[in-house]
Amino acid sequence: MSAIAHVDGHEEDHDHGHHHKETFITKYIFSQDHKMISKQYLITGLIMGIIGIAMSILFRLQLAWPDHKFTIFEVLLGKFGEDGVMDASMYLALVTIHGTIMVFFVLTAGLSGTFSNLLIPLQIGARDMASGFLNMISYWLFFLSSVIMVLSLFAEAGPASAGWTIYPPLSALPQAIGGSGTGMTLWLVSMAIFIASSLLGSLNYVVTVINLRTKGMSMTRMPLTIWAFFVTAIIGIVSFPVLLSAALLLIMDRGFGTSFYLSDIYIAGEVLHNQGGSPVLFEHLFWFLGHPEVYIVLLPALGITSEIIATNARKPIFGYRAMVASILAIAFLSTIVWGHHMFISGMNPFLGSVFTFTTLLIAIPSAVKAFNYITTLWKGNLQLNPAMLFSIGLVSTFITGGLTGIILGDSTLDINVHDTYFVVAHFHLVMGISALYGLFAGVYHWFPKMYGKMMNKNLGYVHFWVTAIGAYGVFFPMHFIGMAGLPRRYYTNSNFPYFDDLADTNVLITVFALITAAGQLVFLYNFIISIFYGKKAVQNPWKSNTMEWTTPVEHMHGNWPGEIPHVYRWPYDYSKTREDGEYVIPGQDYVSQIIPLQDGEEEMHH
Amino acid sequence: MTVFLTIVVIALIGISLWQMSKILKLSQAKGADNSQVANDKDNNLQGKLMLAFVIFMYLLTIYCFVQYHTFFLPESASEHGIEYDRLMIISMILIFIVQFITQGLLHFFSYKYRGNKNNKALFFADNDKLEFIWTIIPVIVLAGLIIYGLFTWTDIMNIDEEEGDPLIIELYAYQFDWRARYSGEDNVLGKANVRFIEGVNSLGLDASDSYGMDDKIVSELHLPVNRKVIFKMRSQDVLHSAYMPFFRAQMNVVPGMITEFSYTPILTSDEMRNSEFMVEKVATINKIRKEKSKQLIAAGDEALETYEFDYYLLCNKICGTSHYNMQMKIVVESEEDYNAWLKTQQTFKEQLSAQASN
Repeated sequence: MSAIAHVDGHEEDHDHGHHHKETFITKYIFSQDHKMISKQYLITGLIMGIIGIAMSILFRLQLAWPDHKFTIFEVLLGKFGEDGVMDASMYLALVTIHGTIMVFFVLTAGLSGTFSNLLIPLQIGARDMASGFLNMISYWLFFLSSVIMVLSLFAEAGPASAGWTIYPPLSALPQAIGGSGTGMTLWLVSMAIFIASSLLGSLNYVVTVINLRTKGMSMTRMPLTIWAFFVTAIIGIVSFPVLLSAALLLIMDRGFGTSFYLSDIYIAGEVLHNQGGSPVLFEHLFWFLGHPEVYIVLLPALGITSEIIATNARKPIFGYRAMVASILAIAFLSTIVWGHHMFISGMNPFLGSVFTFTTLLIAIPSAVKAFNYITTLWKGNLQLNPAMLFSIGLVSTFITGGLTGIILGDSTLDINVHDTYFVVAHFHLVMGISALYGLFAGVYHWFPKMYGKMMNKNLGYVHFWVTAIGAYGVFFPMHFIGMAGLPRRYYTNSNFPYFDDLADTNVLITVFALITAAGQLVFLYNFIISIFYGKKAVQNPWKSNTMEWTTPVEHMHGNWPGEIPHVYRWPYDYSKTREDGEYVIPGQDYVSQIIPLQDGEEEMHH
Repeated sequence: MTVFLTIVVIALIGISLWQMSKILKLSQAKGADNSQVANDKDNNLQGKLMLAFVIFMYLLTIYCFVQYHTFFLPESASEHGIEYDRLMIISMILIFIVQFITQGLLHFFSYKYRGNKNNKALFFADNDKLEFIWTIIPVIVLAGLIIYGLFTWTDIMNIDEEEGDPLIIELYAYQFDWRARYSGEDNVLGKANVRFIEGVNSLGLDASDSYGMDDKIVSELHLPVNRKVIFKMRSQDVLHSAYMPFFRAQMNVVPGMITEFSYTPILTSDEMRNSEFMVEKVATINKIRKEKSKQLIAAGDEALETYEFDYYLLCNKICGTSHYNMQMKIVVESEEDYNAWLKTQQTFKEQLSAQASN
C-alpha cells in the first residue's frame, strides 16, 4: 500500500493547495483526509479484486478441463498443484477465499469504503468525516485484515476451505479438512479485524450524515447516493456484530473445547467430547449478517447508479421519495429474511414459511426501484458515458438476477435448486456483477474528483462491452446446469456420467470467464495510465448538480476554500424549465444545489 | 479441443489489445474533442449497441433454451414433485415475461433516447398513479405465488408417521459415503449415537435397544414404488446434504440432530430408464463417452464404461476434500422385488453375532 501512496505522492507533490503543514507520512500514509482514505480503500480493494478474480480463473480452468494438466497450477499453487493437477482441497480453498475476498474485501470495503468516504463529506457539504482519526483507524484495520487474509493463503495445511460461509463442524475441525487448521484461524482473525474496521467506518458515516450536513441540506435534499450509504452503514452496524459473535463462538469451539456448534461427532477414528451444540445455530448467526450483507454490497451500488443515471439522463431521478422509501424498506426487510438460506437446514418448516413470506416481500421495493430506473431513462437525453453504461448494465443484471430470486426465495422451489449452480448464477448476477458494475460506474464517474484527471472513454467503452457480454456469457448458461441438478462446490463433475453432457457448457463458461477477466485488464490499464497521463479534468465534467462538483479540482484539506456553500434545492433539477419553456438558468440544463431559487421558480415538493 | 480453445482465447486477448491501442491512437489523433465526455457520436454508437445488446440477450436466452432443454430434470419420480414442477413452470413463465419486457424497455429506452445536443430531456420527477400501479402489480402477483408456494411447502414438509403405512429409513452420512438403515419388521429404528461406534457397529447402534436388532444397514438405497418413505437423517461428522434431484427432495444432514424428509416414489428405476427423455439423454451421454474413450484408448488408458441410468443421491453441502464424490445409488422397484432384496440383507443382530463368532 505504501508503494502506491508513494506514487500518488510524486504526482501531487507540486499541487499543495492547503495551509496545513503535513509530512509525507501524514498526508499519504496515515492520512486523516477522507479523500485520501477513499483512494486507499479503492486501491486496496482493487488489489484484493485482482487476487479474487485470479482465483476464480484457476478454479474455472479446473472445472472446464478436469483431466488437463496446467503448468500454472504448479506455479501458483505449489504442492497443491503438483504436476499441474489441482488438489481437491485446494479447489475448495480457492472457492472459499474467492467468495470471502469478493464479498467482504472488494464489494464491502472496496465499494462502500471508497465511495462513502469520498462522497459523504463532499455531497453533504462537510469539511471531512466526523472523526478523521477513527476513519484512518478504520482503513488501517481493513488493510491489516487484508494482509492477514492474503497471508492465510500460505498456511502449511492450506487456507480456509469450508466455503465462504464457514459452516461448522467442517470449519471447526482440522481433522475434517486441512484448511480448518491454521488457515481457518487466520481467516477468523482477519474477519474479526475486518468487522472492527467496518463498524468504525459505519459509525463514522452515520454520525457524519446526521450531524455535518451544510445549511439547507435537509434529509429530503440529500442525493440518493448519500441515502444509500447512510442506510447501508446502519445495516452494517446492526448485523456485523452478530457475525463477530458467530466467529467468536466458533473460535471458542475450535480453541477452548466449548460446544456451541458441535455435538455427537465421530471423526478420524475417535468420538469428540462435544455435546449439545448445533451447527444450525451458526447458520442463523451467520446469515443474520450474511443476508443483510447482500444489501450492504448492493445498496451503495444502487445509490451510485441513481446519481449517475439521473446526471447522464439529464433528468431528475423518477420517484425520489419512492426510491428513498425502497431503500428503507429493503434495509428493514433485509434483516428479517436470513432464513431463506436455511429452508432445508433442518430448522422448523414453519419458519420456512415465514421467511418465504418476508423474502418475496423484498421483491416489491426492488421492483419499484427497477421500474423507476427505467422511467428515468424514458424521454431523457442520455449521455452514454462509460459510467452511464455500467449503470444501465447494473439495472439489467439486477433484474435478471433478481427475478431468479423469486424461485430461490420460495421455500418449495428452493428444495431442488438449493446449493446447485442455479444459486451460483443467481447471486453472482444480482449481487456480484451488479455491485461490480456499481463500483466501475462509480470509478468512471468520480475519477475526475479523485485524481483530477479523466479516464479514457473509449477504453471505458471497450471495458464495458467485453464485461457485459462476458458476464452474461458466464452466468446465463449457469442457470441451466443448475436446473440439471449439478451441485456447486464440486471439484470435478466428471465423476457422474449423468453430468457428462454438461462438460461443453462448462468449457463455454470458462472461455467467457477468461475473456471477461482479460477485459478487466483494459480497466486496470486505463485506471493506472489515467492517474498519470489522463487529461486534466474540469471542475464539473458531467454537468452535475451535486455539491462535490463545486469544490476545486485540486484537492485541499477542508474541501471548500472559504465558507461551505449553502444548499437551496434538491440535487435533481436537471432540464427543469420555467413556464415559458426556457431552462431555469438559460442555456444550461442543470442547476447546482448551491444555486438559490430563481425568480418565479417553484421548488418541487418531492 | 483444449488447445484450440486456448488459442482462441489468446487470439481474442491479442485482438482486443490491438484494438485498444488503435482506439487509443484514434482518440488522441482526433484532437478536436478530447474532453473524454461522451459526445453525440458516442451517444449514437453506444445507443445502437444497447439495442444490439438486448437482441443478444434475447438470442442467448433462446439459444440456451434450445440447446440446453435436455439439461432440465425429467418428469418427477415422486408424488409431490408433480406439484413442485407445476409451481416451477408457473414461476419460470412469469419470470421470463417480466425479463423480456423490462430488459426490452431498459435497452430500447437507452437506444431511443440516446443523447443529442438538440434534444431536451423531459422534467418528469413524480407520478403517483404510475408508481402505485407498479407497486400493486408485484404485490398481487407475489401474493399469489407466496400462497401457492406455502400450500405446497406445508404439504411437503408435513411429515406424519401415523398417516398411511410409511416406510421408515435412516440415511446416515459420513465423510465421504452414505449408508441407509432399514427399520426392519417392527418399522422402528433402534436408538443410536456416535458414542456406540465400534468395529462392525459403524453406525453406532445401541446394542441394548431391542428395536435396533432387526435393523438392516446397507450401502444402496432400495425403495418400493408407490409407498411413502420417511427418511430420518443423521450425520457422523460434518454437515452433509441428501440431495435426490429426481425426487425433488433435499434435506441437510446435521450432526447432533435428526432431520426428516418424506416422499412417495411413483416411477421405478426401469420406468425412468425407459422414458423417452432418459433414453435420449443416455444416448447423448454415451456418445460423448465413446468419443472420450477413443482418446483414452489412443493414450493407452482404459475406455469408459457405457452409462446406464440409475437414480442417485448426492451430497450437496460442502463436507471436505472428496465432497464431489459422495453419492449413493437409489433403486426404485416393485414391492415384490423390494421385499426379495431386503430379505437378502443381514440384520444388525446377525452382523453382531458374525463379528462375535470371528
